[in-house]
Amino acid sequence: MPNNEAVLSVRDLSVYYGEFRAIKNISLSFQANKVTALIGPSGCGKSTLLRCLNRMNDLIPQAKVEGEVVYSQQDIYDPLVDPAQVRLHIGMVFQKPNPFPKSIFDNVAFGLKINGLTENIEDSVEKSLRSAALWDEVKDRLNESAMTLSGGQQQRLCIARTLAVEPEIILMDEPASALDPIGTLAIESLMRDLTERYTIVVVTHNMQQAARVSDETAFLMMDEDRAGYLVESGKTDNIFQNPQDERTEAYITGRFG
Amino acid sequence: MTDENFNKQYDLAPHSRGRRTKSVIFYLLLLTAIGVSFTGLLSLIIEIGREGLPWLSWHFLTEFPSRFTEKAGMKSAIMGTVWVISFTALIIIPVGIGAAFYLEEYAKKNLLSKIIEINISNLAGVPSIVYGLLGLSVFVYYMGLGRSVLAGALTLSLLVLPIVIVVSREAIRTVPESHKQAAYALGANRFQVVYKVILPQAIPGIMTGTILALSRAIGEAAPMIAISALVYLTFVPTNPLDRFSVMPIQIFNWISRPQDGFRGLAAAGIIVLLITLLAMNALAIYIRNRTQIRSEE
Repeated sequence: MPNNEAVLSVRDLSVYYGEFRAIKNISLSFQANKVTALIGPSGCGKSTLLRCLNRMNDLIPQAKVEGEVVYSQQDIYDPLVDPAQVRLHIGMVFQKPNPFPKSIFDNVAFGLKINGLTENIEDSVEKSLRSAALWDEVKDRLNESAMTLSGGQQQRLCIARTLAVEPEIILMDEPASALDPIGTLAIESLMRDLTERYTIVVVTHNMQQAARVSDETAFLMMDEDRAGYLVESGKTDNIFQNPQDERTEAYITGRFG
Repeated sequence: MTDENFNKQYDLAPHSRGRRTKSVIFYLLLLTAIGVSFTGLLSLIIEIGREGLPWLSWHFLTEFPSRFTEKAGMKSAIMGTVWVISFTALIIIPVGIGAAFYLEEYAKKNLLSKIIEINISNLAGVPSIVYGLLGLSVFVYYMGLGRSVLAGALTLSLLVLPIVIVVSREAIRTVPESHKQAAYALGANRFQVVYKVILPQAIPGIMTGTILALSRAIGEAAPMIAISALVYLTFVPTNPLDRFSVMPIQIFNWISRPQDGFRGLAAAGIIVLLITLLAMNALAIYIRNRTQIRSEE
């Protein structure tokens, strides 16, 4: 299964919020079945870039996107593309666990139901919970409210919910930043396991985390006009041990950011 | 050194007598304020109870009005209220919720939506008789509905729609953005987000607001008198185009009569109306509290 094909490519991408340009001219590819980490100092546009990859930025009224995001040989910003369909293939896990105030089962089943995938719904829910390493903890209380779970469990539930609709790519926006160390560890090892079947793009503030979980790393920085740009990208080992750009080295060794 | 620290003594007594006196006076002023409003309400209730309770009976609820006080009841007014308020609910629930969702989730935030917003808030403050006259000219005469249940319900709907819209919008706004985002990220379209995520969470708030709006509508006398006129009805409406009376009209009618007995009947009518209103408000509070407890779980 492992290969080195890009499943998602960003070409010359710029994003504006009203007059303000948040990121400029970013070109980057994401490899299949790899974890790609987006790192960089606060405000450099990591999250903005991530949210462009499945058109979640459409929900911000003043956001405007220039350039292309190519997935399955189409620009997902083409007017003929339905953003809801894009998000079905490219799922997202958010910074703070955000389960619906419904039962554990209904949380995982939500995406299946709205997309009409109601055949074998119980099997799909179980499979997703197993993939998210949560099944053993919740199998006896699937009808309890998701709000009774701990923060780390809630985040794995949100991952299970995303897996249920069987996306190809999963975007994660600092998925462990609201969790304690044990919860963080569980999410990180889960991310490694998930690469067997999924491609993951993760935004993280935590450089150790990027080094631990990712295969590829892209380093972003903020220009003087506060627009984020890509400094360099490549294999995580190379970026961390042998950065080509001195700004990358300075950031990784903790001299700024 | 420790001794020195331990032996330090600060003055912890109240600063001055003057300050204490001021605080007591202020407290008494507040007590008077609550006392005046409470006594007013209490004497009203006692007076109405004293006059009305002897007239209250099963017979009073099930008989039609009559010019003989001992025979009179408010059946036509009660049933008229049930008819009018049912139709009002049928109108305001879909229209009010629809308008609220449009403004919160669909409308672009521009000048037009801002003007609409300000207008809705202002409409909530327009005197109810103005709605009565509007309903009289538009529904009764222009649309030819006559002095009917439907014309009354449409008028009351206009009157309380601003309340329903404002309250529903607040309920919609309490649904966290993160839940909407989660649904969008799972491939939901806007309708699904509204229908499957926002509506289930907003419905208790919307229901509370709708019940409060309906209880306001039940108590309205002025616009109903404009629409229905002060009538003496001895039948119950059988379809939406029938004439009707409502409880406030009946009470007003009895009060305006010179004979003593009718004052007692009016008081009895007020008791029935008050109990209805209190029951509806209690239901609204119950729904609100129950959902608060649930969301804290």
